[in-house]
Amino acid sequence: MSDEHGSVFDGLLGGDSSQWAFGTDFEDPLAGVDTTTPGGVDPAELAAYCLMLGDDALIMSQRLSEWCSRAPDLEEDIALANMALDLLGQARLLLARAAAADPGVVPALPEGSPVPPEDALAFFRDDRDFRNVRLAEVANGDFAHVVVRLLLFSTARLALLERLRTSRDQVLAAVAAKGVKEVAYHRDWAGRWFLTLARGTEESHRRLLAALDALWPLQGELVAAHPLERSLAGAGVGVDPASLREEVEAVLDQVLTVSGVPRPERAPLAGVGGRTGRDGLHTEAMSRLLAEMQVVARAHPRGRW
Amino acid sequence: MNADRRATEVPRQARSPEAADTGPHATGAPGQARSPEAADAGQHTASQASDAGRSDARRRAAEAAGQVRDPEMPMLTLADLGVLRGVEVERDAAGGEVVIASITPTYTGCPAMATMRDDLVHRLNDAGFGRVEVRVVLDPPWSSDWISERGRAALRAAGLSAPGPAPRREGPVLLTLSGPPRPAPACPRCGSAATRLTSEFGATACKALYRCTDCLEPFEHVKEI
Repeated sequence: MSDEHGSVFDGLLGGDSSQWAFGTDFEDPLAGVDTTTPGGVDPAELAAYCLMLGDDALIMSQRLSEWCSRAPDLEEDIALANMALDLLGQARLLLARAAAADPGVVPALPEGSPVPPEDALAFFRDDRDFRNVRLAEVANGDFAHVVVRLLLFSTARLALLERLRTSRDQVLAAVAAKGVKEVAYHRDWAGRWFLTLARGTEESHRRLLAALDALWPLQGELVAAHPLERSLAGAGVGVDPASLREEVEAVLDQVLTVSGVPRPERAPLAGVGGRTGRDGLHTEAMSRLLAEMQVVARAHPRGRW
Repeated sequence: MNADRRATEVPRQARSPEAADTGPHATGAPGQARSPEAADAGQHTASQASDAGRSDARRRAAEAAGQVRDPEMPMLTLADLGVLRGVEVERDAAGGEVVIASITPTYTGCPAMATMRDDLVHRLNDAGFGRVEVRVVLDPPWSSDWISERGRAALRAAGLSAPGPAPRREGPVLLTLSGPPRPAPACPRCGSAATRLTSEFGATACKALYRCTDCLEPFEHVKEI
C-alpha cells in the first residue's frame, strides 16, 4: 500500500502512544478533578458509599450488556447497549472516586500491573466485596424482565441522583448532575415499554406480570437505608434512600395505574441474617455474573490492552 | 481504523467553508468565554513582555486545539461541540511551557474521551507544544446548548438534525409515558416536518433515531440534554 496514508502499520513503529486510537496507556478518568474528601467525612465510609453507587451501575450495566444482539429488534438492542454504556460511565467515575477516597479498598495486584484502580475494583474483587443491590444482579429473563428491572432500578436511581446533586462531595455532585440527564431517558424508555407490553397482546401482558412478580421482592432494597447511607446522608455527602421511598412509589404507581396493572403483593426478599447486597451478601447469580465479567482480566493481571 | 488518523485527516480532504476554522473565531474556544480563570490569566506574570509571549502562546495553543474534531462526529470540532472547555498555557517550576486543555464528556460513558485526549495532545505536539496536559471537567455537566451556531450548521450540512433548546428543569424530572419527548424535528434532508421517532437511542449516546415520512430517509437527531 503506497497511498498518501502510507502503511497501516506506520503507527506501530513509533513510540508515540497518542498515535493509537485509544492510547496504549490507561488514563485517570478523574484527571484534574478535585478528589479531596469533604471535611468531617471518614474517607473509608465515603469509599464504601461510592462502591455502593458504583457497583449498582456496574452490575446493572453488565446485565444490560448481555442483551447485546439479543433484543427483539435493532433499535431496542441499541437502546439497551446505550443505557449499559451510560451506567458503565457512571460506574467508572464512582469506582475511581472510591479508590481516590480510600486506596485501601483497591485489591492488591502483582507488581508491574498496569490495571488502574477502578478496573482493579471491577475485576479483582470477590462477590462479598461488592455492595450492589440484588435487583441489579439477578439473571436476565425475557424482554419484559429487562423492562421491569430497568423501571424499578432507574426510578430509584433517578430520585437518588436528583438529591445527590447537592452533595458536599464535588465528584458525587458532578456524577449525579450528569447522571440525572441520562437516567431520565432510561426511566422513560422502561416506562413506555411497560405501558406498551401491558396494553399489548395477552402474551405480552402475561409476561409483564410474571416479570413484575419475580422482581418486585427486590424493589424494597433500593429504598432501604443501610447504616452507612444514613451516616453519609447526615454528613451532607450521601442520600438516605429511605427518604426516597414515597417519591419512588408515586412514580411506580403512576406507571402501574396508567398500564392497568395492579401493584404486586409480594413481600421483600429477606436478607441473610438481615444482611443484603449492600453488605456484600448476594445471590448465586452474582458469582456467575462475576465469573464471566472478570475471567479475562484475572487471567492477565499484567495484561496491556 | 485508527480514529486519530480519521479525525485529523477527514477535514483536510473535505473542507467546507464552515470547517475553515483557522480564523479568529476558532481561538474563541468556549472555555475562554466561560472559564473565569481564563479572564485573569496572564495577570500574574512578571513582565509585560512575558505577558505578551504567553498570550501569544495561548492564542496559538487555542487555535491548534480548536481544530481538533470530534472522533464520532467529525463534522464538528471539539470547540463547536462545547466539549473543549478551555485552553491555557502555564509555566512549570522550571519555566517550561505546559498547555492545559480541559474537556468535558457529553455523556458519562462517552468512550471517545481517550481519543479526544490523544487527538488534542497530538495536535498540540504538532503545533510545537511539547508538554500537554488534558484535564477532565465534570461540572457543570455538558449541555447540547453549548453546540455553537457553526456546529449546528455543520450538523445540518452533514444530514444530522441539530438539537433544540435543552429542557430546563425545576424540581423532580417528570415521567413521560406517552406523547413525543420533544417537538418533531424537521427532516435535515428534505425539510419536511413529517418525521417520526424510531428510537431515543442511536449510534452514539448523544443521538436519537428519526425517520422522515415524506422522503422516507432515516436521520439522526442530536438529543437535547
